[in-house]
Amino acid sequence: MNSIILTVTARVLGPVLLLFSLFVLFRGHQEPGGGFAGGLLAASAFSIRAIRKDVELSLPVEPHALIGTGLLLAVSSGLASVVLGRPFMTAIWFPYVSTVLLFDIGVYLTVMGVVLMTVYALAEEKS
Amino acid sequence: MNGFVVLPLLIPLVSAASSILFWRRRMIQRWLGLSSSFLLLGSGLLLLYTIREHGIQAMQVGGWPAPFGITLVADLFTGIMVTLAGLIGSAVAVYSVANIDARRETFGFHPLLQVLLMGVSGAFLTGDIFNLYVWFEVMLIASFVLLGLGGERKQLEGGFKYVTLNLVSSALFLAGVGLLYGAAGTLNMADLAVKLRNANEPALVTALAMIFLTAFGIKAAVFPLFFWLPASYHTPPVAISAVFAGLLTKVGVYAIIRVFTLVFVQDVAYTHGLILGISALTMITGVLGAAAQNDFRRILSFHIVSQIGYMTMGLGLYTSIALAGSVFYIVHHIIVKTNLFLISGIVERRTGSFQLKQMGGLYHASPLLALLFLIPAFSLAGIPPLSGFFAKFILIRAGLENEEYAIVAVALMVGLLTLFSMTKIWAEAFWKPAPNEFGPRPVHRTMWAPAVALAVLTICIGFGAGPVYELSEQTARQLMDPTAYIQAVLGVSR
Repeated sequence: MNSIILTVTARVLGPVLLLFSLFVLFRGHQEPGGGFAGGLLAASAFSIRAIRKDVELSLPVEPHALIGTGLLLAVSSGLASVVLGRPFMTAIWFPYVSTVLLFDIGVYLTVMGVVLMTVYALAEEKS
Repeated sequence: MNGFVVLPLLIPLVSAASSILFWRRRMIQRWLGLSSSFLLLGSGLLLLYTIREHGIQAMQVGGWPAPFGITLVADLFTGIMVTLAGLIGSAVAVYSVANIDARRETFGFHPLLQVLLMGVSGAFLTGDIFNLYVWFEVMLIASFVLLGLGGERKQLEGGFKYVTLNLVSSALFLAGVGLLYGAAGTLNMADLAVKLRNANEPALVTALAMIFLTAFGIKAAVFPLFFWLPASYHTPPVAISAVFAGLLTKVGVYAIIRVFTLVFVQDVAYTHGLILGISALTMITGVLGAAAQNDFRRILSFHIVSQIGYMTMGLGLYTSIALAGSVFYIVHHIIVKTNLFLISGIVERRTGSFQLKQMGGLYHASPLLALLFLIPAFSLAGIPPLSGFFAKFILIRAGLENEEYAIVAVALMVGLLTLFSMTKIWAEAFWKPAPNEFGPRPVHRTMWAPAVALAVLTICIGFGAGPVYELSEQTARQLMDPTAYIQAVLGVSR
């Protein structure tokens, strides 16, 4: 789309949205936020780029790869406790990080992948 | 402490997630699907072995204690069902190599099949009734996509009916779960069993039971809620309809049996009497519906409905031996029905049609195929010494012991009519001369192998009926007396 307002806004908003999505992801640990909300924000950051430029240029990897990686990360966060002989998905805490955070990152990537897949499919249909 | 219980969920999940990573690589997806299906079968057998040796296995997911967290629990019934899910998954994964076209594979057939198997296993394993709803949804969403995959006109038409009625069922199920939570304050099935045993208002509990019976009844395709099944099962490719026919309605039957042996046993005379009546009507309408059909897979679809009646008949009689009959019947039915669908696919390759009128001459063209059809067909009708005979025998004996002569008469008559339907397929497809010349397409050996394997299994169950019956009887005893189940979940006997 050739709109100067959109181009300028997207250039500024894209990185800010992406940073904010990471902030929401990590903040979700104790306060409102988390992987789902963060993933949606990240997806909107890339969607803006998709509207501004060609679809292919907006994300270095395919959305499918994000979904697959996200799901596998979420599974592995549950498996960590099984390795230690505790029930599946028992949270394991270290200083600053935990398996819960790993799960949330998995959710973040999966949500981002699903939304972007939808957006790209719609964008391709239009053009 | 054991991690086995969660394996049947993790294996398909990891396979599906990895398949998504390799979205454009069909061969990798195919191998991932195949290996995961066989691993699922292995984990089911491992689970079954562990349960037989060490009793009921339970796992409190996340380490949250029983009535608050989600429990995964596996008794013998669960073990058997998970093993069967793995078996059917493996058979269909092999069959799909030649049966599913490249286009459907690119649109994710393999990961979808794995998600379906995960949903089915989850429904068998969960000990929490809301979680059961969640697994039902996982299974249904995967099945919606599988049914519509390819986007042919008749597929979408069948899929529409399937989706609509199943969503109605899900809504009812969810409403029932909400009301149950309001009445009992818990959703853990073992905890529910304890809390509802001495409920103040048995009438309220019975009303709740009816909501669940309706919801699960739609999924299990019992009379009068079965329309969606014959309208949709014959539309997708054979591999997909085979896995649907083998597993999906049986998840509904599993849910009915689980809930009506564990939770809703306050007014057995009413609820189980009603189930018995429904069973009789299900058997009759199914078999009569089949008699009027001329499409190979539609006949088989109507027979699924009729067979579901036998499975719930054991529950309706509600004795140990009758439930053993139900379990035996489920084992037999899943194997035989999947096998018949797989064979219908081979027949279609040979004759180019699913319509009986267009078929013919198969007995001369392929005696092996004729034999392969006869084994499961006779088994379905209950001819000794195949598995179906023993399944029906146990149920009918249980019926006679309970002096429920009406249902026994229905069961016997429906067996006879089943034989009529099978003879009809035999006469049209195999016996009569071929109506038109059709250059048969080659049938790849990956389509033969699972069909032959399942037929051999039917014969094995027939000749080895003793051990299978023993296992079914142990299962039935666990179902009739849920003390051990409750103790495994809640940790203490109450």
